Amino acid sequence: MINTFFYSLGQGIKNIFRNKWFTLASLATISACLFVFGIFVAVVFNVNHIVKTVEEGVSVTVYFNEGIEQERIDQIQDLVSKRPEVYRCDFISADEAWAEFSKKLGENAEGFTENPLADSENLQIYLNDVSKQADLVKYLESVEGIRKINKSELTANTLSGVKSVVTYVSIGMIILLLAVSIFLISNTVTIGISVRKEEITIMKYIGATDFFVRAPFVFEGMIIGLIGAAIPVIVLYVLYNTAFDFLRNNFSFLNDYISYVPASEVFMYLAPISIIIGVGIGFFGSFFTVRKHLRV
Amino acid sequence: MAPKKKGREKGDDSAKNVIYLENVNIAYSDANGVPALMNVNLKIKKGEFVFIVGDSGSGKSTLIKLLLRELTADSGRVIVNGYDLGSMRHSKVPKFRRSLGVVFQDFRLLKDRNIYDNVAFAQRIIMRPEREIRKNVPTMLSLVGLAGKYKAKPKQLSGGEQQRVAVARALVNRPTILLADEPTGNLDYRNTNDIMKLLEKVNENGTTVVVVTHNRDIVNEMQKRVITLKQGVIVSDEKKGAYIDD
Repeated sequence: MINTFFYSLGQGIKNIFRNKWFTLASLATISACLFVFGIFVAVVFNVNHIVKTVEEGVSVTVYFNEGIEQERIDQIQDLVSKRPEVYRCDFISADEAWAEFSKKLGENAEGFTENPLADSENLQIYLNDVSKQADLVKYLESVEGIRKINKSELTANTLSGVKSVVTYVSIGMIILLLAVSIFLISNTVTIGISVRKEEITIMKYIGATDFFVRAPFVFEGMIIGLIGAAIPVIVLYVLYNTAFDFLRNNFSFLNDYISYVPASEVFMYLAPISIIIGVGIGFFGSFFTVRKHLRV
Repeated sequence: MAPKKKGREKGDDSAKNVIYLENVNIAYSDANGVPALMNVNLKIKKGEFVFIVGDSGSGKSTLIKLLLRELTADSGRVIVNGYDLGSMRHSKVPKFRRSLGVVFQDFRLLKDRNIYDNVAFAQRIIMRPEREIRKNVPTMLSLVGLAGKYKAKPKQLSGGEQQRVAVARALVNRPTILLADEPTGNLDYRNTNDIMKLLEKVNENGTTVVVVTHNRDIVNEMQKRVITLKQGVIVSDEKKGAYIDD
């Protein structure tokens, strides 16, 4: 069994060199498909990251009734913080609010001797999912001691919309790309193996088992799949870092608004997924294509 | 472990023969039900040398395909080397085929491998250890007179030499039956004689040899058993026969 394993592996490797054109065609197809797939995944990662960053900046501000005690404010903050859709909940005292506001006013703030925002102590609530903003507001309206709730419905709705579109388009594109890849790659494998139909027939006449005939083809498919996946991953990694540096250096004004996902984070998922897809397609493509020729 | 052989019963006529066909019928679905073999009965004993002759469409190739278990009969029994081919499961076919040696008109060598590897291949599929293969393959190549060309690729050899490689590959696993389908069809007179002498030598060493051919000269010259097929029916079976013309 061990002998057969190594023999089949050796034959699989030799076949890669024996059938150079088939190998090149398969490698090109797999690499091209996974390259497009990789670009798309990288874009989706970054779009999701940007949406998430913007999302985290959207907050709901809650103002309290006049003369409310600090103890009640603490209770409300505690209740709000425990809600699942809440990512962070900060208490801003009247002094902090004025300090922040006076910074924006600059010299114009100098005329004020007392804090004009004496009643503006508030809670800044950040959500982990802006689509849940309406639920949170509904809940806050039922909480005693709250005078006013400031929210940005337009931003929340726009972000929710963008997120849904990105999610659906990503899923759709990934399925489409995978389907196209599987179709193209299995076609290449089918043509490559059909050319070697005679070789399979000879093996079968001599008394080779289906396993013995199939194993070298499967190894060959898996190795081509592995290399075919590694090439676009490496190329994309280099391109991604180059593009990342280019955008950071040449469009530095964007850096305040947009942060990109580091290559290590994208490729931590993209590399294993691409390799699993490449090796998987190589395995199943050759396994099922050879099966058609085994009934001799 | 000896292969599990179905179809043999004590006192059964099939037990005495390495090839046993009883009332075999087969028709191709794309030939409008016209039978390729009709009510064929055939017995070939161990150690025999048999020619199967006939014109194109007489059923010779169908018979070979039946014996190789590439086709199964629509009715009747086909027993080869004790294996009942009608009831054989697909997974048992490789083991059965290893008990046969097969030679084809077009040689069917693996073009991208050298002569040594082509012959060694037959041993590798039955998982012979490499040291045994290194001993057996040169012996077999010497037998067919190609010991010095073991590194050559098939396309570097003449047709006759390629066919001798095919014979070496067919014999290296020591089969009890050698099936040769038009083995001299692509060869000139000299190479034809060489191959037939080789097959005769193989037969003298105890292997049953079945040769399908329409080469009148070699059949008439060798004076072996001749089975003649015509339109799917055995029309004659002579112990020391000759090629019958229409």
